[in-house]
Amino acid sequence: MNFGEYLVDLAKIFVSSSIINNIVLIQFLGLCSYIGLSDSMSSSIGMSFAVIFVTVCSSILAWVIDHWILIPSNLQSVLQITSFILVIGSFVGLVQIYLRKTSPNLHKAMGIYLPLIATNCLILGVTFINSMNNYDLVQSIVEAIGASLGYAIALLLLVGIRERLRDSDVPTFFKGKAIAFMVSAIMALAFLGFQGMIR
Amino acid sequence: MKRYLNIVWDAIVPSNPVLIIAIGLCSVIAVSNSVQSALLMTFAFSLVMIPSNIIISSMRRIIPEELRVPIFVMVIAAFTTIAVLISRAYFTAIYDLIKLYILLIVVNCIIIGRAEAFAYSHPVLESFFDGVGMTLGYGWVLTAIAVVRELLGKGTIAGFQVLPATFQPAIIMILPPAGFLMIGILIGAVENYLRKKEGKK
Repeated sequence: MNFGEYLVDLAKIFVSSSIINNIVLIQFLGLCSYIGLSDSMSSSIGMSFAVIFVTVCSSILAWVIDHWILIPSNLQSVLQITSFILVIGSFVGLVQIYLRKTSPNLHKAMGIYLPLIATNCLILGVTFINSMNNYDLVQSIVEAIGASLGYAIALLLLVGIRERLRDSDVPTFFKGKAIAFMVSAIMALAFLGFQGMIR
Repeated sequence: MKRYLNIVWDAIVPSNPVLIIAIGLCSVIAVSNSVQSALLMTFAFSLVMIPSNIIISSMRRIIPEELRVPIFVMVIAAFTTIAVLISRAYFTAIYDLIKLYILLIVVNCIIIGRAEAFAYSHPVLESFFDGVGMTLGYGWVLTAIAVVRELLGKGTIAGFQVLPATFQPAIIMILPPAGFLMIGILIGAVENYLRKKEGKK
């Protein structure tokens, strides 16, 4: 594969992970924070940045562990889950300690979302997707950026809609969480329209 | 014995993890588009839920309080690996369709939530029954949604043709949006029921 084809391949991975196979609406990862958090715009923006940062860093870490330790020693099928979750958990913990020590402002903006992220299935899901598709390091990073951007898109769309919903007359049956799911269903329907964009 | 049955029943209906507490929804929405994958998912879930509850409950006196969450995660990760290997060995075809979600049992909120809220403070036998109840509570909701989606979307149940061939399947039901739709309707119905119950009191 020459360099041009490789770039096209990267672009395909990016579009596919961010829009066509949107991680929240089509693959259903990270739903807990997506439904639970989406009531104010500013906190969702903070959460989106935290997710993008942690996803990219942890997919690099996971790739290194996968390709330098687990595959050479032939332990991938046995130790992959355990090592990935350990690495991501401790990475998030380290980032939190580092932010608290060095930049209190950033910690105030991002810090409260970091503990939520450690158990977010999105981040672990992206690392598993990378390893299932045998992506190399650059492809893994592109996939991670795309997937977490996709999460940000879906979250911000839902927040925008929910802010409007607050003033509108929702049927009593769907008051509360249910309407968020119905809105997501319609959004997923719209995202389904992108299917088949890449051959 | 009555007490144990109560624990199981409590997890199946009054505090059902999916319907009432509304956690662990990722896998419910993703896997419920066919009955076979719903059953495999429930099986894998039981392989993690029950043993991890037993192990955590039997070690509850030696797990230090500050380190409990990492230890819970390690125990759950070990059993998830076992569940993944078993599903891959015996149910390869279905496993290939839903392997991402079986791998992600390790971060399923229900399992770590029960470890924290129940197994860490209760004896072994009670934790075992709590694990059984949680599995049944998770499994029946998942399978019920899967039956409706597969019936309307393909006209089959677990691969067997049920509706007559003239039935025009609504393909939307096995596509992602219907997962959100079904969960939305279910949660709406449950919350509505609870609101009415509150009103009567």
